[in-house]
This record gives sequence, C-alpha cells and structure tokens, in this order.
Amino acid sequence: MNCLPNPSDFRQSLRAALAATDPGERLNKLADLAQFRLGFLETIQLDNALGKTAATARAGFAQLRLALLSSCTVDHLLPAIRVAGLRQRLLIEVYMGSFGQYRQELLDPVSALHNFRPEIILLSLTAREAIAGVPLEATTVEAERAVAGAIADVRQLWCTARETFKATVIQQSFLDVSEPLFGSYDRLVPGTPTRLIARLNDLLADAAAQEHVLWLDVARASARDGLDAWFDVARWLQGKIEIAPQSAAHYGDLLARLIAAHRGQSKKCLALDLDNTLWGGVIGDDGLEGIRLGEGSAVGEAHAGLQRYAKLLKDRGVILAVCSKNDLATAEAAFREHPEMVLRRSDIAAFVANWNDKVENLRVIAEQLNIGLDSLVFVDDNPAERARVRESLPMVAVPELPADAAHYVRCIADAGYFEAVSFTDEDRHRAGQYAANADRQALRDVSQSMDDFLRGLDMSVVFGSIVPVDLARVAQLINKTNQFNTTTRRYTTEELSGFAAAPENITFQFRLLDRFGDNGLVSVMILRPVPDEPDVLDMDSWVMSCRVFGRQLEVEAMNIAVEAAQNRGVRAFRADYIPTKKNGVISGLYESLGFSRLDQPLTTDGVSRWRLNLAEYHTRPTFIIRRGQ
Amino acid sequence: MTDQDILDVFTRILRELLANDSIVLRTDTTRSDVPDWDSFMYVNFIVAVEMELGIKFGVADVESFKSVGDIVAKTRALLG
Repeated sequence: MNCLPNPSDFRQSLRAALAATDPGERLNKLADLAQFRLGFLETIQLDNALGKTAATARAGFAQLRLALLSSCTVDHLLPAIRVAGLRQRLLIEVYMGSFGQYRQELLDPVSALHNFRPEIILLSLTAREAIAGVPLEATTVEAERAVAGAIADVRQLWCTARETFKATVIQQSFLDVSEPLFGSYDRLVPGTPTRLIARLNDLLADAAAQEHVLWLDVARASARDGLDAWFDVARWLQGKIEIAPQSAAHYGDLLARLIAAHRGQSKKCLALDLDNTLWGGVIGDDGLEGIRLGEGSAVGEAHAGLQRYAKLLKDRGVILAVCSKNDLATAEAAFREHPEMVLRRSDIAAFVANWNDKVENLRVIAEQLNIGLDSLVFVDDNPAERARVRESLPMVAVPELPADAAHYVRCIADAGYFEAVSFTDEDRHRAGQYAANADRQALRDVSQSMDDFLRGLDMSVVFGSIVPVDLARVAQLINKTNQFNTTTRRYTTEELSGFAAAPENITFQFRLLDRFGDNGLVSVMILRPVPDEPDVLDMDSWVMSCRVFGRQLEVEAMNIAVEAAQNRGVRAFRADYIPTKKNGVISGLYESLGFSRLDQPLTTDGVSRWRLNLAEYHTRPTFIIRRGQ
Repeated sequence: MTDQDILDVFTRILRELLANDSIVLRTDTTRSDVPDWDSFMYVNFIVAVEMELGIKFGVADVESFKSVGDIVAKTRALLG
C-alpha cells in the first residue's frame, strides 16, 4: 500500500464527498478518496460513507457479488474489501457466510448463499482446520495422504461452487501461524504443522493452476511483510480473527486487484522517467559518463535494479515506454552507448523524450501504442511531475516512489499494477511483436499505397474452433479487449469452454502471421443460435486485438465465418453492436461488411441490431491467405 | 496526555467508527450506553486506539475493561 500517496486532509475530503447531493458525484468523490493510502479507521469511515450512498448512480462502476466463505472471523475484512474494490471502480457487494458453515451453505439449495447468487466465491480457510488430526509422528506417506485428502476436500468445494453457482472461485493460500517445535528441523519432519502447511500450499496452488481457480496468496504477502503484520495472536484469542485487522487494507487490495486482473483491468504499460529514475543524476548536465548506473556505486546499482525489474516485466508481457524531459538524441544515446544500461533501446516500445508537458507526452505514448491511458503506470522520482499527472490524468497509475532509489522496485512491485491471472504465449512474445510492429511501420512508410503495404506483408490467417489449449488466451482477449469488441460481454474460461463444446454454436479463433512474425491469437468470434429463429446465428461476441487493426483481418474473418455457417445450413447472422466509451472504432463495422440495420426503435443505450442474409453475402477479396489450424 | 485528552481521542475514534457525531464518552460510559457499540465495533475500537496511540493492550486488560474509564486508565499507564 506504500505506493499510494497520503491524503492531504482525509476528514475534510470525506465531508466534501458526503455533502455532494448528487449520488453519482458523491460516488466519484469517494472513489477519488480511495486512491489514497488509508488507515484502519479511515477505511471504515470511507466504507460507511459508501454504504450511505444511493445505489442508483453507478455509471462508470462495475458491480459484482462476492461471497466470502471462511472458517474464522472475517467481519473486519469487509470494509477493506469494499474500499479496495472502489479503488478499482468495482462496487463489490459482499456476502459473508456464517462462521465455519461454508460446506452446508454451498450444498443447501435454500441457503442464504443461494439467494445471494454470488458471481465470485472466495474460500478463506485456516490451515489449522485443514491439517487437524494429523499426528506429529505421521510418516511421510501418512502426511502426504492427509494433505492429499485435504486438497481433494477443497477441490470438491471448488467443484460445487462452480457447478451450483457458475461462480468464479478464488482460493486463499493457507497462512502458517504455527510455532516452531523442533526449530529449523521442523521442515524435515513430515508431521509438523509448518511442513504440512507448506505441502498443502504447494499442492493446492498446483490444483488451482489446473482448474483455473484464482489464487489469493496471503502466505506470500505475510512472508514479505512479516507474520506479525498479518497475524496477531491477541485477535485470534479474542475473536478467532486470523487475518490481523492492521492488514485488512492490504488484504482487500490484494483481493480487489486479483478480481480486477480477472476482469482484464490490469495495467499494460510501464512508462518510465529517465533522470534519477532509470539512472542516477541528470544526463543533460552530468553527461553520459557522469550518470550513476550499475557497478561501483550503491545508487547506481539501485537504478540498474529498477532496469532489471522493468526488463523482467517486459519479458512477461508488460510494454515499456520512456517519458522524459530530455533531448531525444541525448536520451537515446544512453541506451545505445552506456555500458551499464540493462535496458536497450529496442526494449522500449514508445520512446518520448522532449521538453513538452509530461501529461501531453503520456497521451502521445498511449496513442502510439494504441492503448488506453488507464493502461499506463507512470514512474517518476519527481513529486511535482507525479502530482501534475495525478491531477490531470487520474486514470494513470502513479506510484508514490520513496525518496531512496533502493526501494523503487519494491514500491512498484508491491503495488500489483500488472497483476495477472494467466501467462500465455502472447504475453511471452508481446515485446517481440511490438518490435515487429516497428518493422511493419517501416514497410508502410516505403509502400506506395495501402494495397502495396498489405500485399508486402505476406499475411496468412490460421483459424479454427476455440480449442482447450488456447482457452487462457481466448479468455484474455474476451476479457481485456475494449476497442474492437462488438458487445463487450465478458466470460470466464469455463463459460468459453462451454460455448466451444456446444454443437449448436460456431466459434472461431484467428491467428495472424506475416513476414515479420506471428502476431499470435488476435481475434475470437462466438456465434450462438437465436431462440425461435431456426438457421439464424447471433454474433454473441467478436473481439480483435488492436495490434492488427487495419490489416483486413475483420474482412477475412467474416468471409470465413459466412462460409462455415453456410456449410452448416445457416441462413443468416444477427449481430448487435453495443456501444461503450471505448469501442467507437467499430461503430461502422457491420455496415462495412454488408449487414443491414434492422428497423427498430433506437434504444436509449444506443444498441443497434444488424442482419446479414448469407445468400446475399459477397466474399470480399483480401491479401490474407488461409491456413488450417 | 491527560485523562481528558485521552477521552477526547476515544470520543473522536468512536464517532468516526460509528459515524455518529453525537457520541460523548465519559469515564463512566459503558458499551451498552452507546447505540451500535456491539462486540464487533468494540474490537474495532480497541484496534483503532492501539494503532492511533501506538500502544498494545494485554488480553487480560481487554477482558477486564468494564467502562471507558478503565480503558483510559490503562491507556495512561501504557503511554507512561
């Protein structure tokens, strides 16, 4: 939570928010306040105010129902969960199961839990319950059997949660609050609590990965912060509270960022300042030889450490950008010529160094990369620049860097901006794809016409139904794509796998290749039958990555879809375009593909309905060659 | 801090916790005198006082508190 700035006057701001009579304005003010670092009492106050705010004005906020099922007291976590949700612009309604009754509630079809209809079920269980009854003298085989039994038990809960509620499941890792018995030797004795809990967490994490269950790692957080921050034995004795109240805000934030990541709200790009951020000193004044970077100085090592961390983020799919007040040539020279630079010029997808306002430059970066400003994290050592960006671009995340460069990495890492729930091939290759995009841009620059450019790309499309091995990427596209997204319907992996398996549906995944490389799996279509209209399919969802805009893939995809549907005896497609703040780029999509707009009164939310009689469709030529999956 | 200073801090904390500005704590106030001051909010109050003043009550202390005055006295002793 150290990445958040301190509020200047919390009480005053809270009063101002409560004084706002318009509920929408009030909610926005409360959400602004949630962007600050709040203490225990402040969190409860903000939550109180949120509870008093009319549920009617929710524009710009997503709502979701979370059931927290626990084997110990968790009442004190609820305000922190709601406030952390507000920070992510999520209005989380929390249902708290009765203490230790989660099994019965999951199974009982008339329980209050069923009435609540949770969309997310969080299992917050204590280790002492999971390993109760395993004797200290247990052999390795007995201990492993007990752990396997506990895992099977939890998996059964996941299964019930999914089948009964169609809910997304979050499993919390087990906190190890056990005391040493033998000392260091504990980890070598199969039946000690600490050994059992370690095994339990390892195997349960494996099971979660297999089952696509989300993993809330409080054990890792407590290892970083120290157990005393997370567990207070007095609270346990007083009220069976396992997660200490002083860590409630941190817990809420870990949970909310996990949910946000699952919904595709994580940040995508790290925009870095240069002077006194990526290196020590000011290159314009100190010169290439004068900046402090790398070996020979602790400060230099600290800045190199930030570069190494940025490089690791790049390797896992985060886009890197530079946003600096410098001469472009001077700044780029450091990347090319300084021997201690970890980051190379080619690691940076958007490099903006000039004397303009950084607010303007961040806009330029977002535009160049074709991502939203709300996908940016801006890292700058200068408090004035940070304040200015926060003020003008509140959607950009700006970590409150500590004064000491030694702690830059920890501050950025602990903020969890890039929280992920999958790691796909596309993530692994994203940086290379952005570099290839620069090569494509170069080709475009020398091409006489658009056709020349497209022909010169030697494009081919690999397509087929959605297949299980690509489900994680398909879910990522469906849940993260905002621009080319016809309906912006979000689906879980389970739902998508259900669509793919249902024989009445037609699903597609498209991969685009060209002479500069594989763009990866970049588009998904889901066509489902229309009730009461035989032989008509509805375009439930169609998404495409912004990386391949303007490459005719939407045309070739429609050619492919029409052909496949005709082979199945389908007569027509129906399609809705549901406008959002971000998908205006495809408002003319269906018209351009030959769909006719259905005569119907325009709904207030601007949804338009389209139809294509397949017999009337003319296949449109493109420069894309088809290849089977 | 005088006892009155401590009482003032307690009053502010409880007002903020319960979002009720009419609360005024005295040394003879007990939990049942304050609307909504249930056992959950009692734990929250203890936690908030500990965090704000940087002190830690023993479990025996918390169990023995009968009135706000008891908490004030213990707080004064811990602040030393």
